[in-house]
Amino acid sequence: MSEILVLVEHADGQVKKVTFELLTLARALGTPSAVWLGIGASDAALASLGEYGAEKVYVVDSADMDDFLVAPKAEALARLMADSSAAAVLLPSTAEGKEIAGRVAVKAGSGIITDAVGVAADFTATQSVFGGSTVVTSRVSNGTPLITVRPNSTAPVPSPGAAARVDVAADISDAAKSARVVGRTVASKGGRPDLSEAAIVVSGGRGVGGAEGFGVVEALADSLGAAVGASRAATDAGWYPHQYQVGQTGKTVSPQLYIANGISGAIQHRAGMQTSKTIVVVNKDPEAPIFELADFGVVGDLFAVVPQLTEEIAKRKA
Amino acid sequence: MKIAVCVKQVPDTWAEKKLQAGDSTLDREAAEGVLNELDEYAVEEALRIGEAHGGEVVVVSMGPERAAETVRKALSMGADAGIHLVDDALHGSDAVATSAALATVLEGRSFDLIIFGSESTDARMSVVPAMVAERLVLPQVTFAQKVEIDGSTVRIERQMEYGFDTVEASLPAVVSVVEKINEPRYPSFKGIMAAKKKPVEILSVADIGLDPATVGLGAAWSVVDDFAARPPKAAGMVVADEGEGGSRIADYLVDQKFI
Repeated sequence: MSEILVLVEHADGQVKKVTFELLTLARALGTPSAVWLGIGASDAALASLGEYGAEKVYVVDSADMDDFLVAPKAEALARLMADSSAAAVLLPSTAEGKEIAGRVAVKAGSGIITDAVGVAADFTATQSVFGGSTVVTSRVSNGTPLITVRPNSTAPVPSPGAAARVDVAADISDAAKSARVVGRTVASKGGRPDLSEAAIVVSGGRGVGGAEGFGVVEALADSLGAAVGASRAATDAGWYPHQYQVGQTGKTVSPQLYIANGISGAIQHRAGMQTSKTIVVVNKDPEAPIFELADFGVVGDLFAVVPQLTEEIAKRKA
Repeated sequence: MKIAVCVKQVPDTWAEKKLQAGDSTLDREAAEGVLNELDEYAVEEALRIGEAHGGEVVVVSMGPERAAETVRKALSMGADAGIHLVDDALHGSDAVATSAALATVLEGRSFDLIIFGSESTDARMSVVPAMVAERLVLPQVTFAQKVEIDGSTVRIERQMEYGFDTVEASLPAVVSVVEKINEPRYPSFKGIMAAKKKPVEILSVADIGLDPATVGLGAAWSVVDDFAARPPKAAGMVVADEGEGGSRIADYLVDQKFI
C-alpha cells in the first residue's frame, strides 16, 4: 500500500476532529502517515492519531512552525513529501491548510485540488462548487496530488493501532522565516466549537434585529453544543464578529445540522451552507428562499420559537 | 511606496454560476462580469495606504478582454495605472499557472506591497496570494483584517477563527485582505472620467516571456473529469408557528437523533 500523508490540524496540543476525518479517508487510499508540524506532539496526541489508523507520525518539533506564517510548514511538508515518496497528501481545507497546499504545489510541481468533499481510491476528488450548486469530479494530472478536504466531509471512524513516531529535523530556510507572528489575540467565543468543523451550526441573520438579539441564537447554540454563525447582513451591520460570517464572502460550512434563524437565504448565504446535511429554518416570512433548503421549517417569530426550542432541548436532554 | 493590487473579474456575486459543457471551464458569458467583491477591499486598502504614505497604486489583472472593464473600475476608484495580462493562451489556467503568470508580471517592477483580496467569489481557492509569495520569495502576510505600514515594516492582523494573530514582515511583502478591513469607496463621476485617461499596459504571454505551453487549460495540473448540477433537494416540511413551533423543531431533532 502506498503512503498517504495527512497534515495534522492541532491547537494547544489537541488534535482537531478534521484530522480524524482525513485519516479515515486516507485509509481507503493507502497507508496513512500523519504529519505533525510544530511543538506539542504529546504521547496522548500521537496515540489518538494511531487510533484513527496513522501507522507513522512524522513530527517536526520546531517552534518555527508557529512563530512564522505558513512558509515554514510548507517547506517542511514539501521536504517530507519528497523524502517519503507519498502517493498523495491530504490537508484540511482551512485558510492555512489551503495556503500550505498552494505553496507546496509550487515547490513540488504538483497539482492542487481544494475544498474536496470526497476522494476516491484513484485520487479522483469530488468538489461541491458555486455554493453547492454544482458537483465536480476532478483529479491532479501532474506530480503528487495535493488535496484539501472540507471538514465534516467524512465521518471519522476509529481503526485502532499504534502510531510510530518519526522525528524529522526542521532545518527551515531563512527565506521561509520572513513573516513573524508577534501576537495572538483570542476573542471570547464562550468555549464553542470552531465554526468550520462544528457538527452543528446555529446562525442568525437580519431577522435577529441587532447585536443583543444574538443572545437567543447563542443560547440555542449552547444547548446543542453548536457553533454560532451569522449572515453577511448581520456581520456587515456589526451585530456579530466578521469571522463568523457564513456565505460566499465568508466561511463555507457543511455541518450535520444547520439551524438558520431570521436568514432570508440569498445566494450569498446559501453558497456557504447549502451542503449542510440537515437544515432547519425559522423565519417569519413564508416566502423567504431559505425555506427551499429546509428539511424542517417553522414560519414564525424567532424570538418566540427559538427560546422555546432551547427550553425544550434542555428538558429532553435532562 | 509602490503598490500593486491584483484583481480578478468574476461573474456577478448574485448570479447563478455555471461551467460550460465543452471544456468544463467557467461560463464567463452566462453572467455579467464584475470586479471580484473581495478585491474591492484590496483596492480600497491599496488606495488608503497610498494616500497615507504617498506613492503609486497599480492595478494588475489577468483575464479575457472584457476584464478591461474590471481594471477600469479599479482605476475609477482611484488607482493610478493598470496592467492587463490578456491572452487566449491563458484560458483555463489553474491556480499554479495563474500564480506563475502574475508573479512574472510583478517581478522586477519593484513593488513594495502586492495586495490581493482573500479569495475570488468564483473559484474560492484562496491560494494565489500564498503561491505568488512563494514564487517571488517574499513574506506572506495574508487574511488581513488590518494593515499598518511603519517605515519598512508591514504589520497585519491575520483573521483567525479564535480572533487574530498579529504578524510582522519587512517590505516588500504580499498581503491579502478580508472584507472586514474597510469600506470600499464608490467611484465618483470625476473618478470615472479620470479613469478613461489613465494608462493601462496591455501584455501578452509572449510580452512577459512566459512559454505559452506552461499556461492555459492544456497545461493545468488539475483537470475536471465531469460535472453536474447538484440534484435538487427533496422538499422538506414547513409549518406555521401556532405557539408550539419551538417544540415541533425539538420533536424533529429527536426524530433525527440530534437530541
